[in-house]
Amino acid sequence: MDRPLRLVTANPLDQLARTLEALLVVASAPLPVEELVAATDDDPERVEMALGLLSERYREGRSGIVLEQVAGGWAFRASRDAAEACGRLFERPVQRGLSQASLETLAIVAYLGPVTRPEIARIRGVAADSAVAGLVERGLIAEAGRDDGVGGAIKYRATPLFERVFGLESLSQLPRLDDVAGDVDELRERLHAVADQRSA
Amino acid sequence: MIVRELELDLDAFEGPFDLLLTLVLKEELELGDIDIAGIVVRFVERLAEREELDLDACGEFLVLVAALLELKARGLFEDEAAELADLEPEEAAEELARRLAEYRRMKEAAGWLAERLEGERDRFFRIGPAPLAPQPERKLAPQQPDQLAEVIRLLAKEPPVVSLNHMALRFPPVSQFLTRFRALLQRRSRFDFDAELDGLSRAEQAVAFLALLELRRVDEITISQAAPFAPIRVIRTGEESAAADERTTAWTVRSA
Repeated sequence: MDRPLRLVTANPLDQLARTLEALLVVASAPLPVEELVAATDDDPERVEMALGLLSERYREGRSGIVLEQVAGGWAFRASRDAAEACGRLFERPVQRGLSQASLETLAIVAYLGPVTRPEIARIRGVAADSAVAGLVERGLIAEAGRDDGVGGAIKYRATPLFERVFGLESLSQLPRLDDVAGDVDELRERLHAVADQRSA
Repeated sequence: MIVRELELDLDAFEGPFDLLLTLVLKEELELGDIDIAGIVVRFVERLAEREELDLDACGEFLVLVAALLELKARGLFEDEAAELADLEPEEAAEELARRLAEYRRMKEAAGWLAERLEGERDRFFRIGPAPLAPQPERKLAPQQPDQLAEVIRLLAKEPPVVSLNHMALRFPPVSQFLTRFRALLQRRSRFDFDAELDGLSRAEQAVAFLALLELRRVDEITISQAAPFAPIRVIRTGEESAAADERTTAWTVRSA
């Protein structure tokens, strides 16, 4: 796959690829294909092909800059080889670890969002106010409108930064969680056994 | 430390915590007979024996004991339990199982996120103020243009002119009152200061008082007052009656 660069230069997509490179290096957030299409005023299919060429050129192990599909768009990041050096100079968005309460709250917002704080509290069984505030401050979740009901509680959703930090192309990449239900079935059976005795 | 393996030695029960839970769930053990405080004490003792604080165990224990306490409370207060239990037992069990399942799933998800975060430790990328992030839309309630016009009309009305009368206080000369009081004292040996001020403006009253002080300074009059805020009596010098003296003394003594 290590094609000589001469072939790429000869490719008619080369000019487009260079423009895309420029757009991506200026961007501070992942750029969706539609935006790249609009900015280059080119054909979506050709943009996709050019992005394919670029991601081959900027891939892990070949370049210090890596082009990746993340958070619903395309973005450059540092190669993992350079992580140590980067760590000496820069801070990651989630440098300090997240507490169990924060992780659970983040999971609920990522999987079920947009959700309100009362909904989060209902699932976790404890108030989520400080966890939510901390995650908003870190930029991992953000406000997403208000509930239609009385009082109109603020709803929260996971941000593109969340997807980037966790290296997800989109929230649909989160693993399915139905597989962990085994334990729960046993619990349900026990509860139902109690219920049967009660009603009998 | 595994909470379920906690060995208990209570009046009504002896054995591991897990067995107690099972028996309670199967209703083979009356929760009303169980000393829950005893369980807590046992757990705290076990905790104290260990050097480290096991937060996971504490959390699990708290959840279990809270559930036990709630069950016991409902058992002890049947009437209130009836009010709360709008749900059929099957429904309640299903609801509880559903909630527990949901929380369990989210806990799993949180675990996955924690692993993922650890695995992605070496991600470095540029972050900016994200100008492309969509702003949450704030919906406006239905508006009434007529009401808006009404309010704007109120705002557009010329405000009333602010009175500046108090800015230009006109003080009459003190001499005017000196002349007036001296003329008065030629006719009468004494007069009531407050009565003389009747109908004068505040500023004029102040000037009149200055005139009074001036007359006192040059020793043309004696001033007496029965009590603070009582009428001020003005007496021409040399005309003080014994009664007036008495009154002055009385006030001096009272106020001292």
